[in-house]
Amino acid sequence: MNQIIAIVQEYGQAYLWSDGYRLSGLAMTLWLLLLSIAIGFVLSVPLAVARVAPNRFISGPVWLYTYVFRGTPLYIQLLIIYSGIYSLESVRAQPLLDAFFREGFNCTLLAFALNTCAYTTEVFAGMIRETPHGEIEAARAFGMSRFTLYRRIILPSALRRALPSYSNEVILMLHSTSIAFTATVPDLLKVARDVNSATYASFEAFGLAAVLYASVVFALVWLFRRCERRWLAFLQPRAH
Amino acid sequence: MYQLTVEELHKQYGTHEVLKGVSLQAKAGDVISIIGSSGSGKSTFLRCINFLEQPSKGRIFVGNEEVRTVADKNGALRAVDPRQLQRLRTRLAMVFQHFNLWGHMTVLENVIEAPVNVLGLDRDEAIVRARRYLAKVGLAAAVEDKYPSHLSGGQQQRVAIARALAMEPEVMLFDEPTSALDPELVGEVLRVMQALAEEGRTMVVVTHEMGFAREVSNHVIFLHQGRIEEQGDPRQVLVAPRSERLAQFLSGSLK
Repeated sequence: MNQIIAIVQEYGQAYLWSDGYRLSGLAMTLWLLLLSIAIGFVLSVPLAVARVAPNRFISGPVWLYTYVFRGTPLYIQLLIIYSGIYSLESVRAQPLLDAFFREGFNCTLLAFALNTCAYTTEVFAGMIRETPHGEIEAARAFGMSRFTLYRRIILPSALRRALPSYSNEVILMLHSTSIAFTATVPDLLKVARDVNSATYASFEAFGLAAVLYASVVFALVWLFRRCERRWLAFLQPRAH
Repeated sequence: MYQLTVEELHKQYGTHEVLKGVSLQAKAGDVISIIGSSGSGKSTFLRCINFLEQPSKGRIFVGNEEVRTVADKNGALRAVDPRQLQRLRTRLAMVFQHFNLWGHMTVLENVIEAPVNVLGLDRDEAIVRARRYLAKVGLAAAVEDKYPSHLSGGQQQRVAIARALAMEPEVMLFDEPTSALDPELVGEVLRVMQALAEEGRTMVVVTHEMGFAREVSNHVIFLHQGRIEEQGDPRQVLVAPRSERLAQFLSGSLK
C-alpha cells in the first residue's frame, strides 16, 4: 500500500498527463486513440462506400487494403512503418518523408489510423449492405439522386446500426495503443514500464496502468450506451 | 390531356416475357385498379412505370413529357438522363406493399424528407405540409415523433401515404397497399384511399381488394400472363366478365 502511494506521489503526473517536458501516460494514450479513431472514421466512410461498389476496379483496391491490414498483426504493421520504412534509403533521401518517418509519434499514428480504418471500413460496408432494400427503393421512387440516397438514407442508417460493433472497435483500439512504446511514444504502458524498471514494483506499476485503462473503457462504454439510446431508438422493440 | 400514358410496355426477364405490351392512360381524377392473379405481371407493370424495374420496350409519358430512354447491353431500357427521371419520379409518388418507410427517421422526418431534400422545399414549410397530410390520413400529432417500427402496419401504411401526398404528385402509384396488413387493419387504409379518390386524385392501384376495385375505381384492368385480358368500367367488367379467365379469377376471389 505504501508502495502504491509512493509511486502515485512520484509518478502520478507521468501516469496521467506529463513526464515533465512532454505529453505522457493516459493523456498520450487518449490523444493517440482520439486521433487514430478520428482519421480512421473520416477515411472509412468513403472507403466503405467504395467497398460495396459493384465496379470491381473500385471495390477491389479497398478489399485488398482491408485484407492486408486485417490480415497482419498491428504490431508488425507498426514495426514495418517505424523501423522498416525508415531503413529505406529512398525514404530518407526525401526531406519530407525523412522528417515524417523519423518521428515515432507520426509512425505510430499512421499505423494505428490505417489499422482501425481497415476494420471500421469493413464494419460500415457490412451495414451498408444490410440496408433494407425497400428503403433504397422508396428513396429512388421519390426522385433521390445517388448522392442524396447515400447522404440521407444509406449512410445515416448504416452508421447508426454500426454503433455496437464500432464501439467494440474503439475499445480494442484503446488496448492496441499500448504497443506505442515500440516507437518510443510515452503512452500509458511506456510510463508503467519505466516505473517498473525504476522501482521493481511490477504489480503496482502495471496494476496502476490497468486501472487507468479500465476506467477509460468504463467511460467509453457509458458514452456509447448513451449514443445508442439516442440513435438506435428506432431499432428498440416497443409494443404499439 | 392525360396525366400518365404508358404505351405498349414489354418486360423481359432473360427469355421469359412477363409483360407483353401493356398500355394505360390516366386522365386527371382517374382511379385505375389493376387486378390479376399472382404472376400476371401487375406489380412489375407498376414498377416499370417509374423505372424501379427496367422495361424492355415501350414508352412512358408523365403529363406530355416522355421519359427519354435508351437500351442497355442487356436490352433493357434505362433513362438517358438520370436527372430527368428523378424529376419525373417526383411527380409519381409511390406507396409500397411493405410500406418501405425510412426506419431511422421519425414519422414527421419521413414525410418531410423528400419535399426538403428532393423538391428543395423550406423545412418549416415542409413541416406544415407534412402535418396537413398526416392529419388527412387520420394520424394524430402524437405519432409524429415515433419511429415506424413502433407503429402498427395500418399506421405505417398511412404514414407512407402521407409521405407520398407530401410530394403533391400528379399521379399516385399504389403497389398492393393492403396485402401486407392484418385483415382488421385493411379497412383503415382503404378508407384513406377512398377519401383520396373522392377528392379527385389520379391513382393507379395494383390490388387484390375487389371491393375497392368495384366501388372506388372508375376503370379496371385485368392482367393475365402479361396481357390485358379485359378492361373497362368496373361495374360491368367485375359484375359481368366477358372473358372466361376473368370469370374464373373472380369466382376464386369470392368478394
